[in-house]
Amino acid sequence: MSELFAEAVSAAHRRPPFDVERVRQEFPILSQKVHGRPLVYLDSGATAQKPQRVIDAVSHFYAHDNANVHRGVYALAERATAAYERARARVAHFLGAGDPKEIVFVRGATEALNLVAQAFGRKNVGAGDEILVTAMEHHSNIVPWQMLAEEKGARLEVAPVDDRGVLLLDELERRIGPRTRIVALTHVSNALGTVNPVAKVVEMAHRRGAAVVVDGAQAAPHLAVNVAELGCDFYVFSGHKVFGPTGIGVLYGKAARLEAMPPWQGGGDMILSVTFERTLYNRIPYKFEAGTPHAAGAVGLGAALEWLGELDRSSMEAHERDLLQYGTEQLSRVPGLRIIGTAPEKVAVFSFVLEGVHPHDVGTILDREGVAIRAGHHCAQPLMQRFGVPATVRASLALYNTRAEIDALVRGISRVREMFR
Amino acid sequence: MSDLEDLYQEVILDHGRNPRNFRIIEGASADAEGLNPLCGDHYHVYLKLDGDRIADVSFQGAGCAISKASASLMTSALKGKTVADAEELFRRFHKMVVEGDRSQAEGLGKLAVLKGVCDFPTRVKCASLVWHTLHSALHGADKPVSTE
Repeated sequence: MSELFAEAVSAAHRRPPFDVERVRQEFPILSQKVHGRPLVYLDSGATAQKPQRVIDAVSHFYAHDNANVHRGVYALAERATAAYERARARVAHFLGAGDPKEIVFVRGATEALNLVAQAFGRKNVGAGDEILVTAMEHHSNIVPWQMLAEEKGARLEVAPVDDRGVLLLDELERRIGPRTRIVALTHVSNALGTVNPVAKVVEMAHRRGAAVVVDGAQAAPHLAVNVAELGCDFYVFSGHKVFGPTGIGVLYGKAARLEAMPPWQGGGDMILSVTFERTLYNRIPYKFEAGTPHAAGAVGLGAALEWLGELDRSSMEAHERDLLQYGTEQLSRVPGLRIIGTAPEKVAVFSFVLEGVHPHDVGTILDREGVAIRAGHHCAQPLMQRFGVPATVRASLALYNTRAEIDALVRGISRVREMFR
Repeated sequence: MSDLEDLYQEVILDHGRNPRNFRIIEGASADAEGLNPLCGDHYHVYLKLDGDRIADVSFQGAGCAISKASASLMTSALKGKTVADAEELFRRFHKMVVEGDRSQAEGLGKLAVLKGVCDFPTRVKCASLVWHTLHSALHGADKPVSTE
């Protein structure tokens, strides 16, 4: 950790300001044409594109270092294990976690949430207890809790949002009662872009003795996350949304929480010793990493976070704020367009509906203009119901997007309006 | 004509905007629900049978222009047809939009305007959803049809 910290301090002094054109050159996929038009990729909320550094790191691991981790005594196995554990330290640093042992590698945010629901939830939630979520959760932060509630005879409570998509904090606080065991909320809404005041929620929950699980899948690519400052018990994110590979994700858990939890899956690497009478479980985080992990994915994620860490964060965030502001202005001028999700604190996600045109038709026409957006319910059906729409068009931006791409989106929407006039 | 203009022909846009047979049939002899969970298209198809003839057919629901136009055109085409005729149309329609066999357009009358859909693989389900729903209504399946 201290090495990483020293590296971060020295890097902060030599970082050039964020230059979007230079950053774009690092993403090979972005330079292609689609249907004869330059690709305008506005679906980073679904998955982010990968810089060459990440692609090279995965490829280098397989070409030079591949062996099973934590098992062999030979040089390759040592290198593979070291690379895997370096990635873990990198993740801990990225999240501001105190210790790499608080980082469990999983397949993605969904698996991490299921792990917490199954290992922590089953032990700590009983009949008549309550689990509190918010109205803006992704299905992956609803369904595992529903399954747990059903199994245990517990109740799922929902904290509402206002018409802008802002979490109603006083309503949330009213729903944290003596039986509330878990508060599960998203840091950033995937469908609306709303940034939630996680630290405040953690304070409210901890006052009543409830643990807090934060879905950071949409926050990690945009915000400087610090789990120590947030104070949450668990924080999860997916590698592929933060410019890393698919199939790798992270569960952060406070060491005391992880240590008190039973294992989740049984198998190799999660044990100290096995006899047919009794198995001794390994220490954290290995207790939760049964089987051969996605080591190459972890290495790729480490490379992505290293790459992200080298960017000048304040000018990068200023760039994303500019995209949010510019996009909001431009889209607001389009006749018949209604933006869903207008929270004062949000990231550059534009969910909208266009009068008289179904989002799916918008998506098809935009695709022919080279513009990739998502049309649908964004795995947040209860939220869509809250706003009275079956689906929206969602343009979710990342640090590599530009004002010119927002212009292309707006031009594409004009084309939609021409066809559907 | 670009493939986009081929997809969104005036007839389709018209049926999408002003769907025909967009109502519930009171006392329907059969009905079924169809859902495309990916995009949220959600329709209900109602049938009134007179022996093996389709005396009336209608639909309700919400979805994209393609799915709505397909439902509107389908219900218009089926009124007065026998169940066997309906199955034959479904077979031809399926061949045209799913398998991309444009030669089927000949025997499909107005339904042929949907032939452009086969160039848009992600939209094929939109066009075929109500047909699967109709099929389910004809065969009395009790679970909603899903195109996933």
